[in-house]
Amino acid sequence: MLEKALKGSPLYWFWLFFLACVAGVGSMAYLYQLNFGLGVTGMSRDVSWGFYIAQFTYLVGVAASAVMLVLPTYLHHYKAFKKMIILGEFMAIAAVSMCLLFIIVDLGQPQRAMNVILHPTPGSILFWDMIVLNGYLFINLLVGWVTLQAERNEVAPPKWIKFFIYLSIFWAFSIHTVTAFLYAGLPGRHYWLTAIMAARFLASAFCSGPAILLLLAFLLKRLVNFDPGKEAIKSLAKIITYAMALNVFFFLLEVFTAFYSDIPGHKAPIVYLFSGTDGFAQWTPFMWLAAILAFVSLALLIPAKLRDNHELLPWTLLFLVLATWIDKGIGLLVGGFTPNMFETVTEYIPSIPELAIVLAIYAMGAMILTVLWKIALGVKQEVGHF
Amino acid sequence: MSKTRRDFLKLAGACACTVAASQLVGANAQAADAGHGGHAPAVAQPANQHDNALHGTHWGMVIDTKRFTDPLLVQKCMDACHLTHNVPKIDGPQELKWIWAASYLETFTEHNHYLPESVEQRSFMLLCNHCENPPCVRVCPTKATFKRAWDGIVQMDMHRCIGCRFCMAACPYGARSFNFNNPRPYLDETKMNPDYPTRMRGVVEKCTFCVERLAQGLMPACVEASDGAILFGDLDDPHSSVRKALASKFTVRRKVSLGTEPSVYYII
Repeated sequence: MLEKALKGSPLYWFWLFFLACVAGVGSMAYLYQLNFGLGVTGMSRDVSWGFYIAQFTYLVGVAASAVMLVLPTYLHHYKAFKKMIILGEFMAIAAVSMCLLFIIVDLGQPQRAMNVILHPTPGSILFWDMIVLNGYLFINLLVGWVTLQAERNEVAPPKWIKFFIYLSIFWAFSIHTVTAFLYAGLPGRHYWLTAIMAARFLASAFCSGPAILLLLAFLLKRLVNFDPGKEAIKSLAKIITYAMALNVFFFLLEVFTAFYSDIPGHKAPIVYLFSGTDGFAQWTPFMWLAAILAFVSLALLIPAKLRDNHELLPWTLLFLVLATWIDKGIGLLVGGFTPNMFETVTEYIPSIPELAIVLAIYAMGAMILTVLWKIALGVKQEVGHF
Repeated sequence: MSKTRRDFLKLAGACACTVAASQLVGANAQAADAGHGGHAPAVAQPANQHDNALHGTHWGMVIDTKRFTDPLLVQKCMDACHLTHNVPKIDGPQELKWIWAASYLETFTEHNHYLPESVEQRSFMLLCNHCENPPCVRVCPTKATFKRAWDGIVQMDMHRCIGCRFCMAACPYGARSFNFNNPRPYLDETKMNPDYPTRMRGVVEKCTFCVERLAQGLMPACVEASDGAILFGDLDDPHSSVRKALASKFTVRRKVSLGTEPSVYYII
């Protein structure tokens, strides 16, 4: 089926070329980082994880979101998602690939990465994160490929694949839970030390991931006339609405706990993020923007009339993606490290090479996604499924 | 000589077996060494120790903060440590430090109001607390940081470290530094200690309670430089200098509520 990626319109090739250029520039930045060390980033002794780990965290959520299609289809025999499910699975592959790349570029000694396998440490959540991420990549490659091949041959997928499909449902929850545990179990990090961290991660994953998928589906409709179906869009938008409502609710729970208990350590990161501390307020505008966008997106999602309006929905989804990205792609990391262990502020601002590397990895993810979707849509076209 | 693919596979297989076998042996040795926090039973020290090595089952430190009124003494302790261990001097937020001084408010983040001015203006020496229940050891994915079961010292293997900095996120005391850049250009060649290695970029490092000096029967460098303001000894020994100080003076530890059980005490 791979040959389907080799025949495409000039637009397809131009898009891949453009992504390759972005990835190329970022790869140069990465070579620079490899030569000089992580000193070329904006990270510091006090803010020791930055944009790389933040993007990794966000994208784990995007990867996990495929389950929002797989679960209704296979557990509840909901037919409407059948047409779209392969897009979700392939998006998960692209997202997990980006996650793994973000971890690699964040390592001080990437050539020693295999030490995690050579010296397995079951007490370290990072060990388990490595297992669940690679496992999820493998499961989605397998399930996606086998089901697509069956679709191409116009036969039912083999029975044994059912096991892996059910496994993928369980696994999707595990990748985001384990990633949340990376943060949630650390003493002294008040913003992260919360039992609903995993629940928050899942809620944000199940709104942001499907929102990105739906946005891309709208794009496909314009570009290649692939229509996932009114019913599928309607159901997915409903899932996004509930997940986003939960996401915002969970965040408000954190705010209540911090401010009603009035414990300074618990309040400090939220105060820093939303109003600044000691005159440092670099991220305040972003956080307020995220808060406003989150509520606007909810206001546009909850009334069915607005939600089912396909002129409005892409904008709503865009707001939602931006809000969740700021919350997890910036706020979660910065809030965890600021104020620092001495209750002072060391401000974190990503450097230019750091941003170039981040863009490059997103470009590589987009390349993987483009090629995989090209193959999937090629097969669907061949057998006349759209 | 031409090698067939079969020859190559044989060789590769033999190499893989050797590596796997050495890993197994290594893993067992590691398991024997690894402390799991709490009051683990003391494990025999390794045999290759110096004759006059200092022995203890739970090394600890007592810092008499009343005696740190002179900034020169602070500097003396820092220099003693950093010169002994070739810790590079880098300014700015990407700095490296094994021992340093901070204010009362930064050191004890749960503090009282209306403190005596003398306390509020004092310098507090900060270093790795060598916790009994170290979160850095718990989170390290490669066992590059580990607790020695026989004397409680939290150690680093800088050749094992992959630079993921999980330990830095986990340490509630900010005691760990990361080599963001190659540290060697930041060392003064005329003041280097040839007996201690320098590090490469991309690894985490921290205070080790001077394990290399203890093995030679010497006190940690900062203790030696402190003119008696820092005491070091075996917390398990009721007759040790540290236990005598703890029994006679009021002391506090940093962030006790987190349950990490630091082995560094401060006389206030």
